[in-house]
Amino acid sequence: MGDNGKPKLAMYWAASCGGCEISVLNIHEHILTVDSVFDVAFFPCIADFKIEHVNNYNDGYIDVCLFNGAIRTSENEEMARLLRQKSKVLVAYGSCAYEGCIPALSNLTTKEATFNTVYLDNPSIDNPDGTIPQPTYQVPEGELDIPVFYNTVKSLDQVVDVDYTIPGCPPEPPQIWAVLQVVVAALTEGAELPPPGSIVGARTVAVCEECPLEIHEKSIERFYRPYEINPEPGLCLLEQGLVCMGPATAAGCGALCPQVGMGCRGCYGPLPGVEDQGAKMLSAIASVIGAGDPTMEEDELERKIEAVVDTIPDPAGTFYRFSMAHSLLHRANLNGNGKGV
Amino acid sequence: MSEQFEPVIVGFLCNWCSYRAADLAGTARLHYAPNMRAIRVMCSGRVDPQFVLKALKEGADGVLIAGCHPGECHYVEGNIKALRRFILLKRMLAQLGVEEERVQLVWASASEGKILAEAVDKMTEQVRALGPLRWQETVLSGNGQWVEATPVLEEV
Repeated sequence: MGDNGKPKLAMYWAASCGGCEISVLNIHEHILTVDSVFDVAFFPCIADFKIEHVNNYNDGYIDVCLFNGAIRTSENEEMARLLRQKSKVLVAYGSCAYEGCIPALSNLTTKEATFNTVYLDNPSIDNPDGTIPQPTYQVPEGELDIPVFYNTVKSLDQVVDVDYTIPGCPPEPPQIWAVLQVVVAALTEGAELPPPGSIVGARTVAVCEECPLEIHEKSIERFYRPYEINPEPGLCLLEQGLVCMGPATAAGCGALCPQVGMGCRGCYGPLPGVEDQGAKMLSAIASVIGAGDPTMEEDELERKIEAVVDTIPDPAGTFYRFSMAHSLLHRANLNGNGKGV
Repeated sequence: MSEQFEPVIVGFLCNWCSYRAADLAGTARLHYAPNMRAIRVMCSGRVDPQFVLKALKEGADGVLIAGCHPGECHYVEGNIKALRRFILLKRMLAQLGVEEERVQLVWASASEGKILAEAVDKMTEQVRALGPLRWQETVLSGNGQWVEATPVLEEV
């Protein structure tokens, strides 16, 4: 492929689901603008490139690399380092690259437990020999090797320097397009880019600001899981006892989930100034628990609050659904006496 | 190791009751474990769960939150907010593998210097028995493979 002088665009997936690639294609007709402005230099989801192509590029050859997916294996890490080297601007694209997302929930357990569930102990698995992946394997033709599976999932910025972050699972098309316009303007008209390290394509207010559902007094006697109730339309979901991460999550998505009766999952990450989204959400949830008042005996008070908390079955998995790798503690301690489940 | 392990406990004490309880313990010359590093906050309800997690991550072996008895809060129910958060935080810390003795809540009024001193003594012994937490060094390096520069190929 000859050099046509256009800026070079790359997109790569590490530990991810592929939804981020689809979200880029989901900007509809604007994809034609992307195609006219950029030359695709590496994009395994849509075009046939090999790692050799990237290896042969000069350092900084790629102008913009959208990197999605968390760092779960040695291959993910190697590609992150390679693309960092070959890219002028490296963007952590989507929640996995930004803060670990769903793959990082396995930081609450061990690699062995993950392998056990994936390869051995699951009703749909047929693996009589108990085969699990080995990093190296001898065959008559020589030694084969596959990437090493790490115990802890990391975000992209925990492995290499990241210039910009676009949050979301996946990022919403209008936000992607807004960010791409800024990049295109910078490349074609010399407009300024946002300061390095910025989180772009999100707002600095909470999802609640964009959410049209009506808010009254929040005082919750018990929480419900989504399948347990049909929420009243038009009313704040948190008020109705559905865990909604809106108060602890950056806006930018247009509050799409709460508007269709599903509490915000928290995929746009924490608000500016917050280090730990889960802790903030825990704080918000605890503040709306209605049980207990100052006139109660201490024991009774505790029992009442415990009963409400019992209706949240998986606090760590709920509050850190997207941000485990970026949380203050990063992962569970499996050497302690805690259950670590 | 011949030296006894001395746990580092970060104590968040409310201005109106527990910090005064600590003051009283001092003026009454009560002897108690010197392991707690007291931080005065206006109310136990001010203790953001982030404070607790950050303390544990950055080297504390335990965190003690102390406030007024329910019904006696200077701000009416700041301490009840603290209790609600604490109960939920304990559940989450269990999932993160932090032993429950490492994060405790105690009510001590301004006249209860002795109760606070006893709570610190008891917690110090409990945490001493658990041993150091050393989150950065233990959890994030060894089993967490946090700081590895190159992949270890022996491991699957």
